Amino acid sequence: MLSEIGHMIRKEITLEWREKSAFNGVLLYLVSTVFVCYLSFARLIDVPTWNSLFWIIMLFASINAVLKSFLQERDGRLLYYYTLLKPQSIINAKIVYNAVLMAALGMAGLLVFVSFMGNPVQNMPLFVLNMLLGVAGFSSVLSMVSAIASKARNNFTLMAVLSFPLVLPLLLVLIKVSAAAIGGAGLVEELPNLLVIVLLAGITLVLSNILFPYIWKE
Amino acid sequence: MTFLRNNWWKIIGVLILLYVIAGGLLFEAPQLPVIRETVRNIYFHVGMWFSMMFILFMSLFFSLRYLRYFRPDDDLKAATAVKTGLVFGTLGLLTGMIWAQNTWGSYWVNDPKLNGAAVGMLTYLAYMVLRGSVDEHDKKARLAAVYNIFAFVLFFVFIMILPRLSQGSIHPGIEGNPALSAGDLDPRMRKVFFPAIAGWMIMAWWLFRVYYRILRLRKNIDELNEND
Repeated sequence: MLSEIGHMIRKEITLEWREKSAFNGVLLYLVSTVFVCYLSFARLIDVPTWNSLFWIIMLFASINAVLKSFLQERDGRLLYYYTLLKPQSIINAKIVYNAVLMAALGMAGLLVFVSFMGNPVQNMPLFVLNMLLGVAGFSSVLSMVSAIASKARNNFTLMAVLSFPLVLPLLLVLIKVSAAAIGGAGLVEELPNLLVIVLLAGITLVLSNILFPYIWKE
Repeated sequence: MTFLRNNWWKIIGVLILLYVIAGGLLFEAPQLPVIRETVRNIYFHVGMWFSMMFILFMSLFFSLRYLRYFRPDDDLKAATAVKTGLVFGTLGLLTGMIWAQNTWGSYWVNDPKLNGAAVGMLTYLAYMVLRGSVDEHDKKARLAAVYNIFAFVLFFVFIMILPRLSQGSIHPGIEGNPALSAGDLDPRMRKVFFPAIAGWMIMAWWLFRVYYRILRLRKNIDELNEND
């Protein structure tokens, strides 16, 4: 199973590398959104707004980035995987790959965001750690929702509508921890909340592994 | 006699609710500051949420059973349960909002319990949108069942985690079930409160059954029309 996941991830990376336009599109989306915020807020921005804005932008960029993860697979190719792999390998590979993708996106986004909107963060390592954990959690929820939405009509609306309520718990914990990181809190104080994030990510990962085979079979 | 045998629980439910409405409005209730007579809303508001959770649990059960045996009836039952749950959820929100306006001075306050309820409603509305976006019957049933299970677990974790994250909630009943612990409720109110919970749950179950029969008939008619 591990080698199956490894092969799937390698295939995803190769595909992404060959069609850079998709990733570049999401990246541009991120930069444009940050720029729009920069222009509309005109630099008078307080710290809680900075924090919420960052996470809202991250949420929408993540949804955009993950949306295509099952859409790009054509029916014939899915059938081919079906003969080769366990369904769990596919969903796990997608989750890992999307987590890596969104981590890259998040780092780039943070860089752009800080350069435009200023940097109020006092404990940057904690902020980044929180973001990476959060991105892993996002990835398992969004990959699963993307698998559901890819089977239905009007995917983008559906993807957003289905994922918002599911992502919200995670998002609220993330905003709380990153607010603490901005205020300069230490890792030890925020450890319980970080554990909550890991727990949420773990629950969604387990659920995805159990439920994905039912979506996948036609 | 068959009428009684089939319907005794409905009669009991109606009698209980008549008692609850009369007793809830007329019996003596404790006079607390600010809350005053609005405390009687507890018989209605809390009953709505209990019935909603009860019906949503059933929906989860039917979704799980659908993924086990793939019987179309189970899918219809799960969907009906969600629709019934949404009715009770809406009523719970409305009774809660009226109560909030009269005690906290605003229809909505930014409180973890209220937000949890709102997220729950959004989740199940999204479930209905998902059902509307798929045409093929068994694919719709499978996707809906998967989303239902996924969403229920996350929703449950959410309403358990969220109140512990914030500094506390102004909504009563922070740990465990609201208003059920012995110290929470005045003994004068218990003799109406417990029957109220049971009565509303019976009513929810009855509504669910009627709604399910309507939807099943409608589905049968559709299938007959398709075959013509």
